[in-house]
Amino acid sequence: MAEVDARPPKDVVYCGVCTLPPEYCEYGGTTKKCEDWLEKNHPSLHERLHDSTAAAATQLSELSVDAQKRAEKDAQKKAAKAEAQEARASEKRAASKVIIKRVERNKRKYVTEVSGLEGFGLDLKKIAKEFGKKFATGSSVTKTSSGGEEITVQGDVSDDILDWLLEHHEEIPEDNIEQVEDKKKKGGAAPPAV
Amino acid sequence: MFKKDFSPGAKSKVKSSAQRGIRAKVIEQYPLLEPHIDDILPKKEQLDLVKIPDRVSLYCLGSTPLFWQHMDDPIIPHLTLVHKYPWCFTRIRIDRGAIRFVLSGATLMVPGLTSPGGRLPGDADAGEEYGNGGKDVEAGEVVVVDAEGKEHACLIGVLKMGTKEMREKKKGVGIENGHYVGDGLWKLDLS
Repeated sequence: MAEVDARPPKDVVYCGVCTLPPEYCEYGGTTKKCEDWLEKNHPSLHERLHDSTAAAATQLSELSVDAQKRAEKDAQKKAAKAEAQEARASEKRAASKVIIKRVERNKRKYVTEVSGLEGFGLDLKKIAKEFGKKFATGSSVTKTSSGGEEITVQGDVSDDILDWLLEHHEEIPEDNIEQVEDKKKKGGAAPPAV
Repeated sequence: MFKKDFSPGAKSKVKSSAQRGIRAKVIEQYPLLEPHIDDILPKKEQLDLVKIPDRVSLYCLGSTPLFWQHMDDPIIPHLTLVHKYPWCFTRIRIDRGAIRFVLSGATLMVPGLTSPGGRLPGDADAGEEYGNGGKDVEAGEVVVVDAEGKEHACLIGVLKMGTKEMREKKKGVGIENGHYVGDGLWKLDLS
């Protein structure tokens, strides 16, 4: 056993879609996508796993017909569920808007409130920290009265935040970002005379 | 245990003395890991401890999770580590029919291990991989669970029942609250 123990660690390939080892992809619910990914990235592995249909058939036949059917049904259900979830997520993504609001705090002092980032799966706490670092101001995650959370950045940095978001988070379409002035006036129109 | 996705809690550095303790404990528990311990837990590197829900602490190196521990239970390696060094652990195998249940977080039941597709140490057909030197595994020990027809392990956890008892009873709970591929701990993003 002594020689065997010196074996170098195994190289393990993980699926880029569902993160499981590819041989378990069939249980993940995104089987089709995983297969495509594998074919593109690890063709040899793909061949071994998917083209050996004969081998798979013999393996499956060990299970009783009944269990096979159940397994298949289960897999289908799972796939449908995963698909629905994904569809919902992308829909939500398209529908959600990032609102950058400039709020007058004290005559010429402003705070900037950014809400809606969570719709794009971003971590508010991390982004708040980033803002704080970037603009060298206070920046925190605050609870809104409606129950959600938003980022409050001290100072008037709405334009800078817009630029930063476009640069660092390309998954947010520009049209989904809205700049709001104070509480009533909308659109990045000319700032009110102070 | 990690059926739900969760987010990591506070991350803190492990004292070097504590780090030495962990290292010693890991070697004590998994003696076969000793030749690789310098690759897994380099002496000079700073270990991090991440708190995750249910009083589980996760030891990680940078952004790679290595071991987790529930309170003072045995230290259990993360499955990515198991996949790299599968021969260092006590292993058992389940049949094909059980895979999908395990991967959706069910408790591992004994029939999946005693059926023709499963392997337990002490079985006549266990071979070298699952033989464990012919010894039975006692309840409370950490085992890696492979799956029939698959290369990599799918579950790791603490045995609820000794393997000898399993062979006699052929029913009941095998492993509860393990860590399986695709669970919350697996998907945890530490970066």
